Amino acid sequence: MAFIDYYKILGVSKTVSEAEIKKAYRKLARKYHPDLNPNDKVAEKKFKEINEANEVLSNPENRKKYDAYGEHWQHAEEFEKAKQQKGYQQTTSEPFGSYSEQEFSDFFSNMFGGASTRGSGRQVKFRGQDFNAELQLDLKEVYTTHKRKLTVNNKNIRITIPAGIENGQIIKIKGHGGKGLNGGPNGDLYIQFSIVNHSKFKRDKDNLHATVDLDLYTALLGGELMVDTFNGKVKLNVKPETQNGTKVKLKDKGFPKYKKEGQFGDLYITYQVKIPTKLSNKEKTMIKELQKLR
Amino acid sequence: MEAQDLIPVKVICKRYNVPSSFIINLQEYQLIEVLVEKDNYFVHITQIKKIEKLIRLHYDLNINFEGVDAINNLLQQVEYLQQEIIFLQNKLNRYE
Repeated sequence: MAFIDYYKILGVSKTVSEAEIKKAYRKLARKYHPDLNPNDKVAEKKFKEINEANEVLSNPENRKKYDAYGEHWQHAEEFEKAKQQKGYQQTTSEPFGSYSEQEFSDFFSNMFGGASTRGSGRQVKFRGQDFNAELQLDLKEVYTTHKRKLTVNNKNIRITIPAGIENGQIIKIKGHGGKGLNGGPNGDLYIQFSIVNHSKFKRDKDNLHATVDLDLYTALLGGELMVDTFNGKVKLNVKPETQNGTKVKLKDKGFPKYKKEGQFGDLYITYQVKIPTKLSNKEKTMIKELQKLR
Repeated sequence: MEAQDLIPVKVICKRYNVPSSFIINLQEYQLIEVLVEKDNYFVHITQIKKIEKLIRLHYDLNINFEGVDAINNLLQQVEYLQQEIIFLQNKLNRYE
C-alpha cells in the first residue's frame, strides 16, 4: 500500500492541534461528502481519503504512531493490534467494484460509528441498503431483449434487459440489494446502463439516423440504392433530382421502442451526394456541354 | 399502505439516537412525511434512507435545518440536471 500523507490530505501541518484537525476535517467533509456530491466518483474517493486521514489523526494514540512509523505505520505490530481492537475497517462490500451512495450507511458506520449504530440495537425491522451498479452494453446488444447473468456480491442473478433501453437509463431489480436487518425486506439493486455505440447509426431515443453516399448520376437521374439498416439491408428508390442533404424516412426501421414489443422507431437516411473527382477530358467536355444547356 | 411498512417515530429515534424533535423538525421543513394514527407517529419504511442522510447532514456535518432544507432543494436540482445532461449527451451523440 502506498504511503499516504494524512496531513497533506487534510491540508494541515504536522504541528496542528486536535481541534484544528477536526476543523479541517469538517470543512473538507462538507465539501466532499457523498450526500452532497451524488454520483461524483472523484468526490467519493476524496471523501474516503479524508475520512481515513481523520480516523488516524483525530485519535491522539493513532496519530502518535503515525508520526512515529510514518510510511510503515500500518505494519507496526502494536498499531495493528490496536487497530483490530478498535475494529477499524477501511473496506465495504462493493457491487461491481464500486462504492455507491446507497452503500454509504455501511461505510459511514464503519468509519464513524455512525447513524445505523447510534441506537441500542433494539429488534426493529429495517430494509436493506440499495445497491448501485453500472452495466456497459453495446448498442447492438440492446437491439433485442435478452437475458444476462450478473454477479452481485458473490451472488449470481439473471436479469432481462428489455430491447430499446437508453443510455443512462436505470432499472430497479427488486430485492437484490443488501439484506434487510432483523427480517426486514432486502434493498433493491439499481443498474444504470451505459450504452456504447460503435455502429454507423446515431440514435435519438427510438429513431436512428444515418448518412449514405449517393453518386451524382443516381442523384440526378434517380435509381435504386441498397442501404444498411440496423438489422439488414433495404432497397431504396431514389427520386430523380435528389438534392444533397435530402432526408428520407424509413418507417419502423429504427430502434425498438422500450417495453413496446414489436414496435420500432424510424430510420432517417440523409443523402450525401458525392461529386466525381479526377474527371477525364471526355467527361469534362460533356459536362461543359451540359452546362451550356443550363 | 401496509402497516408493516410503517415504523414508529420513537423506534427510529431510539435506533438512531436522535431526539423526536429532530424528526418533527424534518416534518416541519417538509423534508419527510410523518403519518399520525391514534396519536402515534410513523414514517414509511421507504423514507429511512432519506432520514439517515438528513441525520448525517445535521449531526455529522453540523448543518442546521435551514441549511439541510436548502441542500435538499439543491440536491434535487443536481439530480434533475444530471438526468438532463444524460438526455442531452444522448442527443449530442447524434452529431458527433
